[in-house]
Amino acid sequence: MTTFIATIEHVVKGPVWGCQDCGQCVLHSTGMTCPMNCPKTLRNGPCGGVRENGHCEVNPEMKCVWLKAYDRTQGWPLPLAWKEEYNHLRPPVDNRLKGTSSWKNFFTKRDRWTPAGWKNTTDESIEVGHN
Amino acid sequence: MSTLEHKLTKTTETVFTAEFHSLDGNGLEKAKKYADRLSGWFDGVNATDNTAAHAHVSNVATAIAMKQLGLEPILQVVCRDKNRLAQQADIMGASMFGVENFLALTGDDVTAGDETEARRVFDLDGPQLVRLMSTIKRGEYMSGRKIDPAPHMFIGAVENPGAPPFEYRVQRVAKKYASGAKFLQLQICYHQDRLEKFCAGVRDAGLAGKIAIIPTIVLIKGARPLNFMHNNVAGIDVPADQIARVEKAADPAEEAYLQTLEFAQHALAQPAVRGLHITDFRNDETLERLMTDLGRVRQSITSEVKDNHAYSA
Repeated sequence: MTTFIATIEHVVKGPVWGCQDCGQCVLHSTGMTCPMNCPKTLRNGPCGGVRENGHCEVNPEMKCVWLKAYDRTQGWPLPLAWKEEYNHLRPPVDNRLKGTSSWKNFFTKRDRWTPAGWKNTTDESIEVGHN
Repeated sequence: MSTLEHKLTKTTETVFTAEFHSLDGNGLEKAKKYADRLSGWFDGVNATDNTAAHAHVSNVATAIAMKQLGLEPILQVVCRDKNRLAQQADIMGASMFGVENFLALTGDDVTAGDETEARRVFDLDGPQLVRLMSTIKRGEYMSGRKIDPAPHMFIGAVENPGAPPFEYRVQRVAKKYASGAKFLQLQICYHQDRLEKFCAGVRDAGLAGKIAIIPTIVLIKGARPLNFMHNNVAGIDVPADQIARVEKAADPAEEAYLQTLEFAQHALAQPAVRGLHITDFRNDETLERLMTDLGRVRQSITSEVKDNHAYSA
């Protein structure tokens, strides 16, 4: 059953979002843009190597995943709660979940597990102003 | 407490940091030469971690050598080459030798280097690495296993004010501040308007006084390095008029220096800026001139100070 759910998820999310089966989906918080398509698999925003035309340092043909995520979060009619999550600090990837269904991991809350040292000591959802 | 931390947290003095050249063969001898050139001018010097994805003497070994030579190292830790276990080992190893300043970077991709066939790691990203450093500073490994006593750490990160998405870069600063970064070295930015907006954004976000912004300045001898950076370094765009200004000058080296000085003074005048990070292409002649023109007086490093610095925890 578990494999079956993972297969269905892969078939649905693969072609549409370029799902990489990390098993801990954050699409809703990144403007429906899968951060695992970033060659550096960055989950907390763009690196400093974004080209002048907004394309990727590694693949010059590709628009930076995080530019896409930013534009879509700003421009798409997504739920406000999702948009607010954009600036949250996403924890490191749990590599044990690779290839498992993020839908299942969401409902079992398995995808919210973080190591004991990953505590919040400051306000991570800090609001910032704009230029 | 490191000099860098003291100056940034207890005083309003302007700080200067620099980049230690990468070491390869004859490392200790060369380290001594670089240290002689930099000592007395800087409050902290980056011990780099495989710059531009090229293998060199390790960041930790470089930092230890710098301490022995009386310089205050800032240990760069990048995410490209090592997973979280190895990163924690490097931080703890450097800390054992009295290194207190740490700098978290995502790092250039392997494609920027000369071994592009290598596996890229990126187990953590930059902001996650800042948070990991905060965890260690609190006295725990990522697993929650205790570190007693906790190492003394002053944590920094980097940001590029000159790369898109410009308006989002300030939010990255906020994220890194919230993760525990107290200072932020910036990528070199040849667009003054972008740096102005970035620094104003940091101020408007209420982060001035909470995180020290340290823009980077590059010492160059002519237009060639400008063209090199523009064409080969992802994330750096040098406007054509800035290149032409140096290229067409009667004395390109002098014009390049004046351009650098102008960018340095402009950067220091921006809100939230607490100092400058100076890098160069082994341009020995103008470092002293720039520092003097910026009002910096060289501190003499006595052997007593060196002894105190070496291995002091």
